[in-house]
Amino acid sequence: MPRRRLIYVPFWATYVFLYTPIIVLVVMSFNAGKSPYVFEGLSLKWYGELAGNDTIRQGLVNTLIVAVGTTVLSTVLGTLLAVGMARHTRSRLLDALGLLPAVLPDLVLAIGLLVFYATIKMTLGLHSVILAHTVFGMAFVAAVVRTRLTHADTSLEEASRDLGASPLATFTRITLPTLAPGIAAGALLAFTLSIDEFVIAFFTAAPTEPTLPIVIYSMVRFGVTPEINALATILLAVSFTVIIVAQRMTRLTESLS
Amino acid sequence: MSRIRYTRHLPAATVAAGLVLALAACGGSSSTSADGAAPSAAAEQLNPNADLSKQSLTITIWDGYSPKDLADQVKKKLGFELKTAIHDTNETAMAKLTANADSGIDVAFVSGQYAQALNEQGLLEPLHSELIPNLANLYPEAAQLSFDKGNKFSVPYTWGTTGICYRTDLVKTPPTSWNDLLNPSADLKGKVTMMTTERWLALPALKQLGLSINTTDDKQLAQAKDLLLKAKQGGMLYDDTTFGAKLEKGEAALVEAWDGWCPTTNPKIKFVVPKEGSDLWSDTMVIMKTSKNKEAAHAFINYILDPAVHSWVGENILYKVPNKAAMDLLIKNNQDLLAKNTPLQMTPAELLKGESIVDLGEASTKYTRLATEISANQ
Amino acid sequence: MTAKHDIAPPGAPPGAPPGAPAGPSTGRPSRRSRGLGTAAARLAFLGPGLGYLIVLLLVPLALVLSYTVFRRGRFGGVVYEWTLENFTRLFDPLYFDVVLSSVKTATLTTLAALLIGYPTAYVIAGLPRKWKTIALIAVVMPFWTNFLIRVYAWIILLSGPGLVNEALTGIGLIDKPLQLLYNQGTIVTGLLYSYLPLMILPLYAAIERLDPQLREASANLGARPARTFWSVTFPLTVPGVLTGCVFVFVPCLGNFVIPEILGGGRSIMVGNLIRDQFLKARDWPFGSTLALAVIAVLVVLLFLQAWASRVYGGTEGRRA
Repeated sequence: MPRRRLIYVPFWATYVFLYTPIIVLVVMSFNAGKSPYVFEGLSLKWYGELAGNDTIRQGLVNTLIVAVGTTVLSTVLGTLLAVGMARHTRSRLLDALGLLPAVLPDLVLAIGLLVFYATIKMTLGLHSVILAHTVFGMAFVAAVVRTRLTHADTSLEEASRDLGASPLATFTRITLPTLAPGIAAGALLAFTLSIDEFVIAFFTAAPTEPTLPIVIYSMVRFGVTPEINALATILLAVSFTVIIVAQRMTRLTESLS
Repeated sequence: MSRIRYTRHLPAATVAAGLVLALAACGGSSSTSADGAAPSAAAEQLNPNADLSKQSLTITIWDGYSPKDLADQVKKKLGFELKTAIHDTNETAMAKLTANADSGIDVAFVSGQYAQALNEQGLLEPLHSELIPNLANLYPEAAQLSFDKGNKFSVPYTWGTTGICYRTDLVKTPPTSWNDLLNPSADLKGKVTMMTTERWLALPALKQLGLSINTTDDKQLAQAKDLLLKAKQGGMLYDDTTFGAKLEKGEAALVEAWDGWCPTTNPKIKFVVPKEGSDLWSDTMVIMKTSKNKEAAHAFINYILDPAVHSWVGENILYKVPNKAAMDLLIKNNQDLLAKNTPLQMTPAELLKGESIVDLGEASTKYTRLATEISANQ
Repeated sequence: MTAKHDIAPPGAPPGAPPGAPAGPSTGRPSRRSRGLGTAAARLAFLGPGLGYLIVLLLVPLALVLSYTVFRRGRFGGVVYEWTLENFTRLFDPLYFDVVLSSVKTATLTTLAALLIGYPTAYVIAGLPRKWKTIALIAVVMPFWTNFLIRVYAWIILLSGPGLVNEALTGIGLIDKPLQLLYNQGTIVTGLLYSYLPLMILPLYAAIERLDPQLREASANLGARPARTFWSVTFPLTVPGVLTGCVFVFVPCLGNFVIPEILGGGRSIMVGNLIRDQFLKARDWPFGSTLALAVIAVLVVLLFLQAWASRVYGGTEGRRA
């Protein structure tokens, strides 16, 4: 029936649209020549150049530090917040506050923090980016963990409380283990969001400590060498691996729980 | 750390100096003295025999604007660590230098008018010329730049002018006037670019009209705006950073360019200063007041002014340096390069014919508005 | 750019797209019979996170808000003198038109995303389980490489000697390369490319939840497929549509990178204006006022969303 097939046109168009640029990037990263348009033969030379690029390496190190810091902070604060919001309050206002960082345009958050840091005269550095990223990192961890909490069975917690366990014991022995997959997913989310975040880092990083997206931004502005394509390809490969591993892990944890 | 916070623990004289400084910073519109001498009241005592190996230095500079191994050179010759931050435009550098109490930057590379603005804000350390003996290598003209006469707070690193850079094979008649850029022939549509950095966006139009590039007259700026809007409607594209590469790839045929960014080593590419005249710009080195490594900062600037070091700029990125000793060395060693590169051949006297861009204080917002009017126009 | 809007939680089950709780479809937990615990426990759980959000989110936003009524300092920062000048300037046609045209661009992008995203989500929801997962991951995958690099790829694709022109010339549609870069269309393309998945995921979640029996019932009652779609399927997915629209519209409105890289400096959006007030013009109060305008647009949008989902709400097929 032609009408049925018609709906497949936008479906396939979506994937062509999403993947054409990426295929071009990957192919061009193996280009022997410098032109971004003409393929002049297979070569790994841009990967070599990339390995020798100190600015990119430094950016990568900074990004990883920021992402790890953000993940740790966001996971702890976000999990507590999620449990607190689900079990210890019914305030709609708090709900809204918890979600605000997720719906606020990043530019608005970025200038807010820039103004704030300037007002308290805080010296910028990687710590200022970590603090900034945690604002939204925490919100996303809280959101993911809450989804899990809402579906979780509360009878165990109630039983624990009825049997006289302290709130802390109930939390560490019962709630946390139930939430583990949600927390892991939230942490991974905070990590990946932080790694690719540009706008907030752009406004809150010290000029001496740019994160990788900032380095890439200044490189793109100066016209791009195929080094950038090589970098994109590597990021893509790493991400792909992470996705596969994450999928396996969730399946594993789900089958265990 | 903010200077003002320091003052609590310092003797009365310094407190007074700090107050002057604070007032100068807050006063805003009150005074914009041309020689910028006012804030230098707070000069600090520096120790010429300080142990530099105990200091370290952070600079901010444009990408590719200094030798890749500069850090190694500095470590070997001066004995301290050098860290380099990159900024892509003056504005980015300014934002970072002015947004916070301490940016962590010791030495910044910014264009002259921005150095002037930083100084007026009281953010710069007055130079201790006795710690920079190599200042003697500079052309006498280098102390005549109107944003900082006498090099009180800035040392010029490079200087040059703005003109038209074009492909001889794609442009039928060689351009001679700013009008050739603003109003190009029909076959060049979509292949002409201008810069968007406020002052250089206005420059071609102002010069075309025979006006000063430092004008603050609303009527004159309105005339310039008309010309620039017409140019945009004619299909003008805007590019501050990649016009050289676009010319080489043939994606652009005729662009507004700083002399050093025009890739004239390519035989098909030429640079011309339009007959209506142009600017004299200078990128300078300045020392931040917040620096805790001021001795190292002076030693670094002195090292850059060494002829063998400074001539790297001319040899590798084709910018002229205001350093006579370095230019002499460049001319001696690079006859071929010089023959091919017309901008490099310009003398200080020729350069001084250009008008220096100076900071306009409050009136600089007029240029910001002009730039917004051009880019917002559909 | 808005990385925080970018990625689906990798471990989250299908049906829980990123930030889904922001959407109208997730209500409060329905079963809640226990007490709220002790005050101490409440403080221990809620204290740190809320304290953090107050200091690093509410205070900064309040600062931005308060800056709108002060004068600019010459070198950035603010002079504490009252003025309404910033608001007068906001309604200066120069700036107001940019705000309007940004709203237009964001709306256009959102509609385009809906047009292409809805059928895509619809098809995905009907796929066998295994393919469903693969199709969903494939939607999210592009987000896993740097946003800026992906945008840059469009320059390679759309430039004069680029692939798109080559292809068009190759099939004989045109004989001379088109100027595809540096116009309004390029910006919309870039925005659409960056945020399309944020439309597809909530739509998928909404469609997937539909009870297929509803459609069957409608068909059994003699409705044609088109009629079934418009009178049964679509209304039930409106909350998902609205969520998707908000997810796409918000990051589009605040964007400044895409207009800059793909716009060739020929057009700007309100994001560019805000960025420039802070990083170029050093006019923080006016930058704050522009940010306030963006927030105002969003508040209106969120109210619209809440209203619309209430109108369509209450119908079956949605999780209560």
